[in-house]
Amino acid sequence: MVILGISGSLRRDSHNSMLLRAAGAELPEGVELRLFEGLRDVPPYDEDDDHDPAPAAVTRLREALAGADALLVATPEYNSSIPGQLKNALDWASRPRATSPLMFHPVAVIGASTGSFGAVWAQAELRKVLAASGARVVEGDLAVGHAHDRIGADGTLVDDDQRTRLRELLHLLVSEIRPVEIAA
Amino acid sequence: MSTTQLQVTTVPVGTWRSDPVHSTFGFSVTHMIIATFRGSLTDFDATATGAGDGTATLSASGRVASVVTQDDNLTGHIQSPDFFDAQRHPEVRYTASDITRDGEDLRVRGELTLKGTTLPLELTGTIAGPVETGPDTALVAIDLEGVIDRRDYGLSWNNPLPGGGFAVGNDVRLVAHLEMARA
Repeated sequence: MVILGISGSLRRDSHNSMLLRAAGAELPEGVELRLFEGLRDVPPYDEDDDHDPAPAAVTRLREALAGADALLVATPEYNSSIPGQLKNALDWASRPRATSPLMFHPVAVIGASTGSFGAVWAQAELRKVLAASGARVVEGDLAVGHAHDRIGADGTLVDDDQRTRLRELLHLLVSEIRPVEIAA
Repeated sequence: MSTTQLQVTTVPVGTWRSDPVHSTFGFSVTHMIIATFRGSLTDFDATATGAGDGTATLSASGRVASVVTQDDNLTGHIQSPDFFDAQRHPEVRYTASDITRDGEDLRVRGELTLKGTTLPLELTGTIAGPVETGPDTALVAIDLEGVIDRRDYGLSWNNPLPGGGFAVGNDVRLVAHLEMARA
């Protein structure tokens, strides 16, 4: 079982990339976290370019999403919302609607910031964008404020409570990966 | 002088199945506070039965994947977990065995199952016919409608508007026009 991890920050020493790596240490048994490294390469969304074949970086993104059982996104907060490059990538991934790898895809959202609030607003924005894209966004989130103090040099979360919440969120995400039920 | 007594049952005796070409099932909801948005579910079937003792039944099911709007992106959003969740709940169903008739007026008390939740739902409307349409064929027409609060079924998505209020109303009117042929 594979969870794709996308960090919304391109910065080399990004706290959100570190938070994703911390998530890798809290995974349920038998689950692999695969980090997506191609966010920077995704071109600006332009409907004129939205045809088959898609730009190579977009194809890599769509294939990475489709090749995973779930998605974990860690986002920083830029001007009370999510970074433009992350939104841009999700816009590409959401199209075309009929074959979008985001449709019904289980997704969890987490975030880190150096301030107090842990990108809470950005997480709310991201949940809205993902749900509008057809994803199955799990309840629950994790906001890691003061990330420079809360994520250790070894890449793990210092705070036991936050580690527990991250583990619970990942279990919830994995629990959403299941065969499709046939119910009314 | 002689009189002929016709027996009027709730639904004419027999089994009646919806003609998919000449039947429609749609919904409407308030949009942006003052407008009305309409959508339809194209892949559905309904069966009504009538017995000589006056009892009647109605059952219907529809495939959520066939909900269509005028825009592919909107259709996709409506089928997503924000709304119907067509992946995990591909069907919507209605069943009723408490049906009463007063002239052409029908009152149907049944249960609607939507997105995994089953709740009582009363529909009202009319019934007409039967009309003989061929040597061995006949049809009745049943028109029904009812109102649900979509939040009761977990279809709770909304978006606040800058001037107050929300983008989508909570009351959803369901409307069925059924042309039903004798089975």
